[in-house]
Amino acid sequence: MSGAPVLEVREVTKAFGEREVLRGIDVTVSEHRALALIGASGSGKSTLLRCIDLLEEIDDGDVFLDGEVITDPGVDPVAVRRKLGLVFQAYNLFPHMTALQNVVLGERRAHGVSKAEAEERGRALLARFGLAGREDDRPDNLSGGQQQRVAIARAFAGAPRALLLDEITSALDPELVGEVLEAVRDLKAEGMTMVIATHEMSFAREVADEVAFLHEGRIVESGPPKKVLEAPEHEDTKRFLRRLLEAGRI
Amino acid sequence: MAESVAISPRRLEREAAKRRQHRRGQAIAAASTIVVIGGLAAWVLNSPGWPEVRETFFSWSIFKDSFPEVLDGFWLDVKLFVIVEIAVLIVGLTVALTRTSRSPALFPLRLLGTVYVDLFRGFPTIILVALVGFGVPALKLIDPAPEPIVLGGIALTLSYSAYVAEVYRAGIASVHRGQRDAALAIGLTDRQAMRHVILPQAVRRVAPPLLNDFVALQKDVALVSILGPLEAFREAQIIQYETFNFTPLVAAALLYLAVTIPLARVVDRIGGGPEGAVR
Repeated sequence: MSGAPVLEVREVTKAFGEREVLRGIDVTVSEHRALALIGASGSGKSTLLRCIDLLEEIDDGDVFLDGEVITDPGVDPVAVRRKLGLVFQAYNLFPHMTALQNVVLGERRAHGVSKAEAEERGRALLARFGLAGREDDRPDNLSGGQQQRVAIARAFAGAPRALLLDEITSALDPELVGEVLEAVRDLKAEGMTMVIATHEMSFAREVADEVAFLHEGRIVESGPPKKVLEAPEHEDTKRFLRRLLEAGRI
Repeated sequence: MAESVAISPRRLEREAAKRRQHRRGQAIAAASTIVVIGGLAAWVLNSPGWPEVRETFFSWSIFKDSFPEVLDGFWLDVKLFVIVEIAVLIVGLTVALTRTSRSPALFPLRLLGTVYVDLFRGFPTIILVALVGFGVPALKLIDPAPEPIVLGGIALTLSYSAYVAEVYRAGIASVHRGQRDAALAIGLTDRQAMRHVILPQAVRRVAPPLLNDFVALQKDVALVSILGPLEAFREAQIIQYETFNFTPLVAAALLYLAVTIPLARVVDRIGGGPEGAVR
């Protein structure tokens, strides 16, 4: 079941100097749906997410959030980012703050929520992701999996319209991947709209409603996970999946 | 150590060897210290001029007589130091923030900040003290002209803020760019990202170099003496001229050391034990 489109990416291109990273991306994510972006390193997955969150400026095309263009120079990027959540590969937690302070900073400063209210919600959120009792720990006292769950809580605290997850398990030791994916599964079950850049094919198959394969800045193939991952049509997709299979990553 | 666990003979042997090495190292350090320092002392104390030097630099009676006045002057140094230091922290931060901002409206200020830092770091502080101390009253903009001590303080603030601005700026630049990304991603404005995320990390990182500049400033407050205020160095100089004896200057030096050495130990502690710290 799907609702109205939340995110629409239209003909987006982005180059860093001479290097074209996105060469005309078209993709739509509807309410409560999860899109998995797969592809080799350097295929443009992270750049696409950063462009959607307006951390990078696109060269051409447009991105729409709830039907409104967000890539117009006249649009206030801060207002847009307040409606989106982004989780980074390297967590990017604020090291000088406790877990709870990390989670409530955005609510307090960007959304103007009172301290008491933000903290109450922050504690509930940390507890929800299995971090009850760790509120007052600094990031460097937490494991990678715990840090990434704090980062998910932080991104989710602003009640975003969509969550953008950028390779959130790539920096983790293998035994810690499961707990982070569990948190994402939980959000998906709640109906969170998500764009997930990932190397975890089994996870993409399980959580995503749609998989898009990026190759050299283009979406070469997209569709339901079963189709793209099990019966790919395009040569590049087949080669990519074969390599993952050989590396034991599927 | 848990005694219940049997310690292997090999381990005991290794530990004994380590203890022997440690003891031998300490003995060598002690012996070489005695030889070097004792040798230097003997060399100086047996020099032909030593009795005269002792009288002109280390005269106990002149020390006793001059110390109260020098100490009186030193309080002025301390007060000046504290006020200038606070001003430097504020002005330096303002300049650093202006220079790192991206706002187009601040372009002229950014340019001014660059010129300011280049200029005031670029020539001796003592010249700046003289220029401000003698030049500003000559302008006759404010009547009566500010006290020399105030002008000296302004000159020191201008000079040290330029250094401190660069220290802050280095700290801001050292915070990983992902921190800014994360701050913006949760919906903070640029200014909020600086205030809540980047600056707190930057300031923590540059605390040791900042304290280092404090130590330098604590000594350089003596430069305002050229404008006439009766601070420690000036007092000592006056007594020196009267008695033809340098002991008051040594007294002033000891007072500076009484502040700068503890400050330096604080720097060491915050910096996590630098090279060259005596252990």
